[in-house]
Amino acid sequence: MTEKVYHYAIWIRLWHITNALLFLTLIVTGFSMQYTSPENPLIPFEVSTTLHKIAGIVVTFNYLFFLIGNYVSNNGRHYKIEFKGVITPILKQVRYYAMGIFKGEPHPFPVNRERKFNPLQKATYIFAMYFGFPVLSVSGLLLAFPSIFDILGISSLIVADVIHVLIGIVMTMFMLIHVYFCTIGHTPVSNFKSMVTGFHDVEE
Amino acid sequence: MHCINHLKTSTASLVLLLLLFMLSTATAQKVDQATREENNKCLSCHSKRVLTFTSDSLGKTYKQKMYTDCIIDTTLYYTSNHFNFKCIDCHSSDYEIFPHNAQLRFEELPGCLDCHGDDPTYADYHFEKIQEEFDQSVHSSKHSGQFTCWSCHNSHYYKINARDRNQNLKQTIAYDNAICLSCHSNYDNYRLYVDRLNPNVTKTHDWLPNQANHFQSVRCIECHAKVSDSLLVSHQILPKSQAVKKCAECHSANSRLKASLYKLKLSKPGMFSDRNIGDAVLIGSPRSTTVDLLGNLLIILTAAGLIFHMTMRIITRKKTVKHD
Repeated sequence: MTEKVYHYAIWIRLWHITNALLFLTLIVTGFSMQYTSPENPLIPFEVSTTLHKIAGIVVTFNYLFFLIGNYVSNNGRHYKIEFKGVITPILKQVRYYAMGIFKGEPHPFPVNRERKFNPLQKATYIFAMYFGFPVLSVSGLLLAFPSIFDILGISSLIVADVIHVLIGIVMTMFMLIHVYFCTIGHTPVSNFKSMVTGFHDVEE
Repeated sequence: MHCINHLKTSTASLVLLLLLFMLSTATAQKVDQATREENNKCLSCHSKRVLTFTSDSLGKTYKQKMYTDCIIDTTLYYTSNHFNFKCIDCHSSDYEIFPHNAQLRFEELPGCLDCHGDDPTYADYHFEKIQEEFDQSVHSSKHSGQFTCWSCHNSHYYKINARDRNQNLKQTIAYDNAICLSCHSNYDNYRLYVDRLNPNVTKTHDWLPNQANHFQSVRCIECHAKVSDSLLVSHQILPKSQAVKKCAECHSANSRLKASLYKLKLSKPGMFSDRNIGDAVLIGSPRSTTVDLLGNLLIILTAAGLIFHMTMRIITRKKTVKHD
Protein backbone atom coordinates (compact mmCIF):
# COMPACT_ATOMS: atom_id res chain seq x y z
CA MET A 1 0.00 0.00 0.00
CA THR A 2 1.51 3.33 -1.03
CA GLU A 3 0.56 6.85 -0.08
CA LYS A 4 1.39 10.02 -1.96
CA VAL A 5 3.24 12.56 0.19
CA TYR A 6 3.68 16.13 -1.03
CA HIS A 7 7.46 16.53 -0.55
CA TYR A 8 8.42 18.99 -3.29
CA ALA A 9 6.70 22.38 -3.15
CA ILE A 10 6.38 24.33 -6.38
CA TRP A 11 9.29 26.66 -5.53
CA ILE A 12 11.57 23.65 -4.93
CA ARG A 13 10.59 22.10 -8.26
CA LEU A 14 11.11 25.38 -10.10
CA TRP A 15 14.48 25.90 -8.43
CA HIS A 16 15.45 22.28 -9.12
CA ILE A 17 14.60 22.23 -12.84
CA THR A 18 16.28 25.63 -13.38
CA ASN A 19 19.31 24.42 -11.46
CA ALA A 20 19.46 21.17 -13.45
CA LEU A 21 19.27 22.89 -16.84
CA LEU A 22 21.79 25.56 -15.89
CA PHE A 23 24.14 23.01 -14.40
CA LEU A 24 24.00 20.90 -17.55
CA THR A 25 24.77 24.01 -19.59
CA LEU A 26 27.69 24.80 -17.29
CA ILE A 27 29.09 21.27 -17.54
CA VAL A 28 28.85 21.14 -21.33
CA THR A 29 30.20 24.67 -21.90
CA GLY A 30 32.83 24.15 -19.18
CA PHE A 31 34.17 21.03 -20.87
CA SER A 32 33.99 22.69 -24.26
CA MET A 33 36.04 25.62 -22.95
CA GLN A 34 38.56 23.33 -21.28
CA TYR A 35 39.08 21.24 -24.41
CA THR A 36 38.46 23.70 -27.17
CA SER A 37 40.39 23.59 -30.41
CA PRO A 38 40.49 26.27 -33.10
CA GLU A 39 39.73 23.67 -35.80
CA ASN A 40 37.10 21.46 -34.16
CA PRO A 41 35.43 23.14 -31.23
CA LEU A 42 32.56 21.29 -29.57
CA ILE A 43 31.03 24.74 -29.16
CA PRO A 44 32.85 27.85 -30.51
CA PHE A 45 34.92 29.34 -27.67
CA GLU A 46 33.21 32.73 -27.85
CA VAL A 47 29.79 31.05 -27.52
CA SER A 48 30.81 28.68 -24.73
CA THR A 49 32.42 31.44 -22.63
CA THR A 50 29.39 33.72 -23.00
CA LEU A 51 26.94 30.92 -22.21
CA HIS A 52 29.07 29.74 -19.27
CA LYS A 53 29.22 33.25 -17.87
CA ILE A 54 25.48 33.89 -18.20
CA ALA A 55 24.54 30.45 -16.84
CA GLY A 56 27.01 30.95 -13.96
CA ILE A 57 25.47 34.26 -12.95
CA VAL A 58 21.88 32.97 -13.22
CA VAL A 59 22.71 29.78 -11.30
CA THR A 60 24.20 31.92 -8.51
CA PHE A 61 20.97 33.91 -8.21
CA ASN A 62 19.06 30.63 -8.35
CA TYR A 63 21.22 29.37 -5.49
CA LEU A 64 20.37 32.47 -3.45
CA PHE A 65 16.70 31.74 -4.19
CA PHE A 66 17.24 28.21 -2.81
CA LEU A 67 18.88 29.56 0.36
CA ILE A 68 16.08 32.07 0.95
CA GLY A 69 13.47 29.38 0.22
CA ASN A 70 15.07 27.04 2.74
CA TYR A 71 15.19 29.85 5.31
CA VAL A 72 11.58 30.95 4.99
CA SER A 73 10.05 27.49 4.53
CA ASN A 74 10.58 24.33 6.56
CA ASN A 75 12.56 22.69 3.72
CA GLY A 76 15.77 23.77 5.44
CA ARG A 77 15.31 21.06 8.08
CA HIS A 78 16.29 18.43 5.49
CA TYR A 79 19.67 20.16 5.10
CA LYS A 80 20.39 20.57 8.80
CA ILE A 81 24.06 19.85 9.44
CA GLU A 82 24.57 17.24 12.16
CA PHE A 83 27.80 15.56 13.12
CA LYS A 84 26.72 13.34 15.98
CA GLY A 85 25.75 9.76 15.13
CA VAL A 86 25.78 10.24 11.36
CA ILE A 87 28.55 7.81 10.43
CA THR A 88 26.70 4.56 11.28
CA PRO A 89 23.53 5.38 9.29
CA ILE A 90 25.68 6.55 6.35
CA LEU A 91 27.66 3.30 6.39
CA LYS A 92 24.41 1.35 6.61
CA GLN A 93 23.16 3.16 3.52
CA VAL A 94 26.48 2.59 1.70
CA ARG A 95 26.26 -1.11 2.53
CA TYR A 96 22.74 -1.21 1.12
CA TYR A 97 23.82 0.40 -2.18
CA ALA A 98 26.91 -1.83 -2.38
CA MET A 99 25.27 -5.16 -1.50
CA GLY A 100 21.75 -5.10 -0.05
CA ILE A 101 20.16 -3.67 -3.17
CA PHE A 102 21.38 -6.65 -5.22
CA LYS A 103 19.91 -9.10 -2.69
CA GLY A 104 16.51 -7.45 -2.74
CA GLU A 105 16.84 -6.22 0.86
CA PRO A 106 14.43 -3.50 1.98
CA HIS A 107 15.63 0.11 1.89
CA PRO A 108 17.15 0.89 5.34
CA PHE A 109 15.88 4.47 5.38
CA PRO A 110 12.79 4.70 3.16
CA VAL A 111 11.21 8.05 2.38
CA ASN A 112 8.34 8.88 4.72
CA ARG A 113 6.39 11.94 5.79
CA GLU A 114 9.29 13.25 7.89
CA ARG A 115 12.28 11.89 6.00
CA LYS A 116 12.90 13.13 2.48
CA PHE A 117 16.55 12.06 2.16
CA ASN A 118 18.40 8.97 3.34
CA PRO A 119 21.54 9.68 5.47
CA LEU A 120 23.96 9.34 2.53
CA GLN A 121 21.79 11.58 0.34
CA LYS A 122 21.57 14.15 3.10
CA ALA A 123 25.35 14.22 3.59
CA THR A 124 26.09 14.57 -0.11
CA TYR A 125 23.38 17.19 -0.64
CA ILE A 126 24.69 19.23 2.28
CA PHE A 127 28.21 18.97 0.84
CA ALA A 128 27.02 19.91 -2.65
CA MET A 129 24.74 22.77 -1.62
CA TYR A 130 26.63 24.29 1.32
CA PHE A 131 30.20 23.71 0.15
CA GLY A 132 30.54 22.73 -3.50
CA PHE A 133 28.05 25.17 -4.91
CA PRO A 134 29.16 28.36 -3.12
CA VAL A 135 32.84 27.61 -3.74
CA LEU A 136 32.15 26.97 -7.42
CA SER A 137 30.05 30.11 -7.65
CA VAL A 138 32.55 32.42 -5.96
CA SER A 139 35.57 31.05 -7.84
CA GLY A 140 33.59 31.27 -11.10
CA LEU A 141 32.61 34.88 -10.48
CA LEU A 142 36.24 35.74 -9.71
CA LEU A 143 37.31 34.17 -13.00
CA ALA A 144 34.52 35.88 -14.94
CA PHE A 145 35.27 39.27 -13.40
CA PRO A 146 39.02 39.22 -12.73
CA SER A 147 39.06 42.91 -11.86
CA ILE A 148 37.57 41.87 -8.50
CA PHE A 149 41.06 40.55 -7.77
CA ASP A 150 42.53 44.02 -8.16
CA ILE A 151 40.03 45.33 -5.61
CA LEU A 152 40.90 42.49 -3.24
CA GLY A 153 44.58 43.09 -3.87
CA ILE A 154 45.27 39.51 -4.95
CA SER A 155 47.52 39.32 -7.95
CA SER A 156 46.87 35.78 -9.06
CA LEU A 157 43.88 33.97 -10.46
CA ILE A 158 45.53 30.57 -10.11
CA VAL A 159 43.83 29.70 -6.82
CA ALA A 160 40.39 30.47 -8.24
CA ASP A 161 41.23 28.61 -11.44
CA VAL A 162 42.44 25.42 -9.76
CA ILE A 163 39.59 25.40 -7.22
CA HIS A 164 36.98 26.05 -9.91
CA VAL A 165 38.22 23.19 -12.09
CA LEU A 166 38.59 20.71 -9.18
CA ILE A 167 35.22 21.47 -7.60
CA GLY A 168 33.70 21.52 -11.09
CA ILE A 169 34.88 17.94 -11.57
CA VAL A 170 33.54 16.90 -8.15
CA MET A 171 30.17 18.52 -8.85
CA THR A 172 30.01 16.84 -12.28
CA MET A 173 30.56 13.52 -10.52
CA PHE A 174 27.83 14.48 -8.05
CA MET A 175 25.47 15.26 -10.93
CA LEU A 176 26.10 11.86 -12.58
CA ILE A 177 25.61 10.00 -9.29
CA HIS A 178 22.55 12.08 -8.41
CA VAL A 179 20.81 11.36 -11.72
CA TYR A 180 21.65 7.64 -11.55
CA PHE A 181 20.51 7.21 -7.95
CA CYS A 182 17.22 8.83 -8.83
CA THR A 183 16.50 5.71 -10.89
CA ILE A 184 16.46 3.74 -7.61
CA GLY A 185 12.85 4.36 -6.71
CA HIS A 186 9.65 2.33 -6.81
CA THR A 187 10.19 2.34 -10.56
CA PRO A 188 13.21 3.75 -12.46
CA VAL A 189 11.21 6.90 -13.31
CA SER A 190 9.12 7.43 -10.17
CA ASN A 191 11.62 9.84 -8.55
CA PHE A 192 11.78 11.91 -11.73
CA LYS A 193 7.97 12.04 -11.80
CA SER A 194 8.03 13.23 -8.16
CA MET A 195 10.14 16.23 -9.16
CA VAL A 196 7.46 17.14 -11.70
CA THR A 197 4.31 16.47 -9.67
CA GLY A 198 5.70 17.21 -6.20
CA PHE A 199 4.33 13.95 -4.79
CA HIS A 200 6.47 11.06 -3.58
CA ASP A 201 5.17 7.50 -3.30
CA VAL A 202 5.61 6.44 0.32
CA GLU A 203 5.03 2.89 1.70
CA GLU A 204 2.44 2.98 4.43
CA MET B 1 39.15 63.90 -30.67
CA HIS B 2 42.09 66.10 -29.72
CA CYS B 3 41.18 65.64 -26.05
CA ILE B 4 41.08 61.85 -26.47
CA ASN B 5 44.46 61.85 -28.12
CA HIS B 6 45.82 64.13 -25.43
CA LEU B 7 44.47 61.75 -22.78
CA LYS B 8 46.01 58.76 -24.54
CA THR B 9 49.29 60.59 -24.85
CA SER B 10 49.21 61.39 -21.15
CA THR B 11 48.38 57.78 -20.27
CA ALA B 12 51.14 56.46 -22.49
CA SER B 13 53.58 58.98 -21.02
CA LEU B 14 52.56 57.90 -17.54
CA VAL B 15 53.11 54.23 -18.38
CA LEU B 16 56.45 55.07 -19.94
CA LEU B 17 57.47 57.15 -16.93
CA LEU B 18 56.47 54.33 -14.59
CA LEU B 19 58.53 51.88 -16.60
CA LEU B 20 61.45 54.24 -16.70
CA PHE B 21 61.17 54.65 -12.94
CA MET B 22 61.15 50.87 -12.53
CA LEU B 23 64.23 50.68 -14.68
CA SER B 24 65.92 53.50 -12.82
CA THR B 25 65.62 51.58 -9.58
CA ALA B 26 67.69 48.79 -11.09
CA THR B 27 71.15 48.22 -9.73
CA ALA B 28 73.62 50.65 -11.24
CA GLN B 29 76.23 49.06 -13.44
CA LYS B 30 79.94 49.80 -13.27
CA VAL B 31 80.70 52.46 -15.83
CA ASP B 32 84.28 53.18 -16.94
CA GLN B 33 85.52 56.45 -15.52
CA ALA B 34 86.88 57.40 -18.94
CA THR B 35 83.46 56.81 -20.54
CA ARG B 36 81.76 58.88 -17.87
CA GLU B 37 84.20 61.74 -18.32
CA GLU B 38 83.88 61.61 -22.08
CA ASN B 39 80.09 61.52 -21.91
CA ASN B 40 79.95 64.36 -19.43
CA LYS B 41 81.01 66.67 -22.24
CA CYS B 42 77.64 65.99 -23.88
CA LEU B 43 75.56 65.31 -20.80
CA SER B 44 76.53 68.55 -19.10
CA CYS B 45 73.93 70.05 -21.45
CA HIS B 46 71.91 67.02 -22.61
CA SER B 47 70.93 65.87 -19.16
CA LYS B 48 69.37 69.22 -18.33
CA ARG B 49 66.05 70.73 -19.14
CA VAL B 50 67.50 74.20 -19.45
CA LEU B 51 70.63 74.84 -21.45
CA THR B 52 72.95 77.71 -20.53
CA PHE B 53 75.46 78.91 -23.09
CA THR B 54 77.55 81.99 -23.72
CA SER B 55 78.10 83.72 -27.02
CA ASP B 56 81.79 84.60 -27.26
CA SER B 57 81.18 87.25 -29.90
CA LEU B 58 78.36 88.96 -28.02
CA GLY B 59 79.67 88.16 -24.58
CA LYS B 60 76.19 87.30 -23.44
CA THR B 61 74.88 84.28 -21.60
CA TYR B 62 71.68 82.70 -22.84
CA LYS B 63 69.25 80.26 -21.31
CA GLN B 64 67.19 78.01 -23.52
CA LYS B 65 64.89 75.08 -23.00
CA MET B 66 66.31 71.79 -24.25
CA TYR B 67 64.11 69.81 -26.68
CA THR B 68 62.52 66.97 -24.71
CA ASP B 69 63.80 64.32 -27.13
CA CYS B 70 67.35 65.58 -26.66
CA ILE B 71 67.35 65.23 -22.88
CA ILE B 72 69.09 62.11 -21.60
CA ASP B 73 68.21 60.66 -18.21
CA THR B 74 71.68 59.67 -17.03
CA THR B 75 70.40 57.23 -14.41
CA LEU B 76 68.44 55.31 -17.02
CA TYR B 77 71.26 55.52 -19.51
CA TYR B 78 73.86 54.13 -17.11
CA THR B 79 71.53 51.25 -16.12
CA SER B 80 70.70 50.36 -19.72
CA ASN B 81 72.34 47.57 -21.71
CA HIS B 82 74.50 50.03 -23.60
CA PHE B 83 75.61 51.78 -20.40
CA ASN B 84 79.29 51.63 -21.21
CA PHE B 85 79.01 53.33 -24.56
CA LYS B 86 80.47 56.73 -25.21
CA CYS B 87 78.05 59.11 -26.92
CA ILE B 88 80.43 59.34 -29.83
CA ASP B 89 80.46 55.57 -30.28
CA CYS B 90 77.15 56.07 -32.07
CA HIS B 91 77.01 59.81 -32.71
CA SER B 92 79.44 61.84 -34.80
CA SER B 93 82.43 63.26 -32.96
CA ASP B 94 81.59 66.53 -34.71
CA TYR B 95 78.99 66.99 -31.97
CA GLU B 96 81.87 67.97 -29.72
CA ILE B 97 81.77 71.35 -31.43
CA PHE B 98 79.11 73.76 -30.16
CA PRO B 99 76.93 75.16 -31.67
CA HIS B 100 76.39 71.87 -33.47
CA ASN B 101 76.55 71.80 -37.21
CA ALA B 102 72.98 71.70 -38.59
CA GLN B 103 74.01 69.01 -41.11
CA LEU B 104 74.60 66.63 -38.21
CA ARG B 105 70.90 66.02 -37.89
CA PHE B 106 71.15 63.99 -41.09
CA GLU B 107 73.70 61.60 -39.61
CA GLU B 108 73.04 57.89 -40.17
CA LEU B 109 72.83 56.18 -36.82
CA PRO B 110 74.03 52.59 -36.53
CA GLY B 111 71.41 49.84 -36.29
CA CYS B 112 71.66 46.63 -34.25
CA LEU B 113 73.38 44.67 -37.00
CA ASP B 114 76.09 47.30 -37.41
CA CYS B 115 77.49 46.23 -34.06
CA HIS B 116 75.94 42.81 -33.40
CA GLY B 117 75.91 41.30 -36.91
CA ASP B 118 77.98 38.11 -37.27
CA ASP B 119 79.09 38.42 -33.66
CA PRO B 120 79.36 34.96 -32.05
CA THR B 121 79.02 36.56 -28.58
CA TYR B 122 75.40 37.43 -29.44
CA ALA B 123 74.61 34.32 -31.49
CA ASP B 124 71.75 33.43 -29.11
CA TYR B 125 70.01 36.67 -29.96
CA HIS B 126 69.86 35.85 -33.70
CA PHE B 127 70.22 39.47 -34.77
CA GLU B 128 70.33 38.47 -38.44
CA LYS B 129 67.02 36.61 -38.08
CA ILE B 130 65.55 39.62 -36.26
CA GLN B 131 66.54 41.82 -39.19
CA GLU B 132 65.06 39.26 -41.62
CA GLU B 133 61.74 39.21 -39.73
CA PHE B 134 61.72 42.97 -39.39
CA ASP B 135 62.23 43.33 -43.16
CA GLN B 136 59.09 41.25 -43.67
CA SER B 137 57.10 43.14 -41.06
CA VAL B 138 54.41 45.68 -41.80
CA HIS B 139 56.52 48.36 -40.10
CA SER B 140 59.29 47.85 -42.60
CA SER B 141 57.17 47.38 -45.73
CA LYS B 142 54.98 50.40 -45.01
CA HIS B 143 57.53 52.78 -43.52
CA SER B 144 60.79 51.49 -44.94
CA GLY B 145 63.77 53.70 -44.31
CA GLN B 146 62.15 55.79 -41.62
CA PHE B 147 61.43 52.84 -39.39
CA THR B 148 64.54 51.47 -37.68
CA CYS B 149 65.42 49.35 -34.66
CA TRP B 150 65.40 52.53 -32.62
CA SER B 151 61.82 53.32 -33.54
CA CYS B 152 60.77 50.68 -31.01
CA HIS B 153 63.85 50.12 -28.89
CA ASN B 154 64.93 53.27 -27.13
CA SER B 155 68.56 53.67 -28.07
CA HIS B 156 69.58 55.27 -24.79
CA TYR B 157 67.55 53.27 -22.29
CA TYR B 158 67.19 49.85 -23.98
CA LYS B 159 67.30 46.95 -21.55
CA ILE B 160 66.99 43.21 -21.99
CA ASN B 161 63.35 42.49 -21.28
CA ALA B 162 61.99 39.07 -22.27
CA ARG B 163 65.27 37.34 -21.38
CA ASP B 164 65.36 38.95 -17.93
CA ARG B 165 63.48 36.41 -15.86
CA ASN B 166 64.30 38.22 -12.63
CA GLN B 167 61.35 40.44 -13.39
CA ASN B 168 57.82 39.09 -13.27
CA LEU B 169 55.73 38.49 -16.34
CA LYS B 170 53.54 41.54 -15.84
CA GLN B 171 56.63 43.76 -15.98
CA THR B 172 57.80 42.08 -19.18
CA ILE B 173 54.37 42.52 -20.73
CA ALA B 174 54.01 46.14 -19.61
CA TYR B 175 57.48 47.00 -20.94
CA ASP B 176 56.76 45.37 -24.29
CA ASN B 177 53.31 46.87 -24.71
CA ALA B 178 54.61 50.32 -23.78
CA ILE B 179 56.88 50.06 -26.84
CA CYS B 180 53.87 49.59 -29.15
CA LEU B 181 51.79 52.18 -27.33
CA SER B 182 54.57 54.75 -27.52
CA CYS B 183 53.38 55.24 -31.13
CA HIS B 184 49.96 53.59 -31.28
CA SER B 185 48.70 55.59 -28.35
CA ASN B 186 50.77 58.70 -28.95
CA TYR B 187 49.66 61.09 -31.65
CA ASP B 188 53.01 62.86 -32.09
CA ASN B 189 55.08 59.70 -32.38
CA TYR B 190 52.53 58.06 -34.68
CA ARG B 191 52.68 61.05 -37.00
CA LEU B 192 56.39 60.44 -37.49
CA TYR B 193 55.42 57.48 -39.67
CA VAL B 194 51.80 57.97 -40.74
CA ASP B 195 50.00 61.11 -41.93
CA ARG B 196 46.75 60.47 -40.15
CA LEU B 197 45.29 60.23 -36.67
CA ASN B 198 46.20 57.11 -34.76
CA PRO B 199 43.23 54.80 -34.14
CA ASN B 200 42.02 54.58 -30.56
CA VAL B 201 43.49 51.29 -29.36
CA THR B 202 40.76 50.79 -26.75
CA LYS B 203 38.04 51.26 -29.37
CA THR B 204 39.65 49.04 -32.01
CA HIS B 205 39.84 46.30 -29.37
CA ASP B 206 36.25 46.75 -28.23
CA TRP B 207 35.43 43.19 -29.25
CA LEU B 208 37.99 41.73 -26.85
CA PRO B 209 36.31 40.44 -23.66
CA ASN B 210 37.97 41.50 -20.39
CA GLN B 211 40.01 43.96 -22.42
CA ALA B 212 41.99 45.41 -19.51
CA ASN B 213 42.89 41.95 -18.31
CA HIS B 214 44.06 40.92 -21.78
CA PHE B 215 46.16 44.09 -22.11
CA GLN B 216 47.87 43.29 -18.81
CA SER B 217 48.29 39.58 -19.43
CA VAL B 218 49.55 39.33 -22.99
CA ARG B 219 51.74 41.41 -25.24
CA CYS B 220 50.40 43.14 -28.35
CA ILE B 221 52.71 40.95 -30.45
CA GLU B 222 50.91 37.79 -29.30
CA CYS B 223 48.15 38.58 -31.80
CA HIS B 224 49.91 41.07 -34.06
CA ALA B 225 53.12 39.21 -34.89
CA LYS B 226 53.85 35.98 -36.72
CA VAL B 227 54.92 33.23 -34.33
CA SER B 228 58.63 32.68 -34.73
CA ASP B 229 60.34 29.33 -34.26
CA SER B 230 63.87 30.58 -33.76
CA LEU B 231 63.38 33.93 -32.04
CA LEU B 232 62.46 34.46 -28.42
CA VAL B 233 60.49 37.55 -29.43
CA SER B 234 58.93 37.64 -32.86
CA HIS B 235 59.76 40.74 -34.91
CA GLN B 236 57.51 40.12 -37.89
CA ILE B 237 54.61 42.44 -37.14
CA LEU B 238 51.63 41.51 -39.28
CA PRO B 239 49.20 43.78 -41.11
CA LYS B 240 46.00 44.51 -39.19
CA SER B 241 44.01 42.16 -41.43
CA GLN B 242 46.16 39.20 -40.34
CA ALA B 243 45.91 39.83 -36.61
CA VAL B 244 44.59 36.94 -34.50
CA LYS B 245 40.90 37.31 -33.74
CA LYS B 246 39.94 33.72 -32.95
CA CYS B 247 39.92 33.25 -29.18
CA ALA B 248 40.71 29.54 -29.49
CA GLU B 249 44.06 30.26 -31.13
CA CYS B 250 45.31 31.19 -27.66
CA HIS B 251 42.59 29.57 -25.53
CA SER B 252 43.26 25.97 -26.45
CA ALA B 253 45.59 23.18 -25.39
CA ASN B 254 47.71 23.93 -28.44
CA SER B 255 47.76 27.64 -27.66
CA ARG B 256 49.90 29.85 -29.88
CA LEU B 257 51.10 31.50 -26.65
CA LYS B 258 53.24 28.41 -26.07
CA ALA B 259 55.33 29.44 -29.04
CA SER B 260 55.45 33.09 -28.01
CA LEU B 261 54.87 34.39 -24.48
CA TYR B 262 55.16 31.05 -22.69
CA LYS B 263 58.37 30.32 -24.52
CA LEU B 264 59.91 32.36 -21.73
CA LYS B 265 59.50 29.31 -19.44
CA LEU B 266 57.87 31.21 -16.64
CA SER B 267 57.53 28.43 -14.09
CA LYS B 268 59.20 25.24 -13.08
CA PRO B 269 57.25 22.11 -13.94
CA GLY B 270 55.35 20.57 -11.05
CA MET B 271 52.28 18.44 -10.39
CA PHE B 272 49.95 21.42 -10.47
CA SER B 273 51.68 23.19 -13.34
CA ASP B 274 53.65 21.44 -16.04
CA ARG B 275 52.99 24.11 -18.66
CA ASN B 276 55.39 27.00 -18.37
CA ILE B 277 52.73 29.66 -18.04
CA GLY B 278 53.81 31.24 -14.77
CA ASP B 279 50.92 32.65 -12.77
CA ALA B 280 48.80 33.18 -15.85
CA VAL B 281 45.36 31.64 -16.12
CA LEU B 282 44.58 30.58 -19.66
CA ILE B 283 41.10 29.13 -19.96
CA GLY B 284 41.19 26.38 -22.56
CA SER B 285 44.79 25.47 -21.88
CA PRO B 286 44.89 23.46 -18.66
CA ARG B 287 48.04 24.18 -16.68
CA SER B 288 48.56 20.67 -15.38
CA THR B 289 48.40 17.44 -17.39
CA THR B 290 48.32 15.44 -14.14
CA VAL B 291 45.35 17.30 -12.65
CA ASP B 292 43.64 17.21 -16.02
CA LEU B 293 44.10 13.45 -16.37
CA LEU B 294 43.07 12.79 -12.76
CA GLY B 295 39.92 14.86 -13.19
CA ASN B 296 38.91 13.06 -16.36
CA LEU B 297 39.77 9.70 -14.83
CA LEU B 298 37.53 10.43 -11.83
CA ILE B 299 34.60 11.27 -14.08
CA ILE B 300 35.18 8.20 -16.27
CA LEU B 301 35.51 5.95 -13.19
CA THR B 302 32.30 7.42 -11.74
CA ALA B 303 30.43 6.78 -14.99
CA ALA B 304 31.91 3.27 -15.24
CA GLY B 305 30.99 2.54 -11.61
CA LEU B 306 27.41 3.65 -12.20
CA ILE B 307 27.10 1.56 -15.36
CA PHE B 308 28.44 -1.45 -13.43
CA HIS B 309 25.98 -0.82 -10.58
CA MET B 310 23.09 -0.50 -13.03
CA THR B 311 24.09 -3.73 -14.81
CA MET B 312 24.30 -5.56 -11.48
CA ARG B 313 20.87 -4.23 -10.53
CA ILE B 314 19.37 -5.50 -13.79
CA ILE B 315 21.05 -8.93 -13.47
CA THR B 316 20.15 -9.45 -9.80
CA ARG B 317 16.58 -8.23 -10.41
CA LYS B 318 16.12 -10.76 -13.20
CA LYS B 319 17.47 -13.50 -10.95
CA THR B 320 15.16 -12.46 -8.11
CA VAL B 321 12.13 -12.37 -10.44
CA LYS B 322 13.06 -15.79 -11.86
CA HIS B 323 13.55 -17.18 -8.35
CA ASP B 324 10.16 -15.83 -7.26
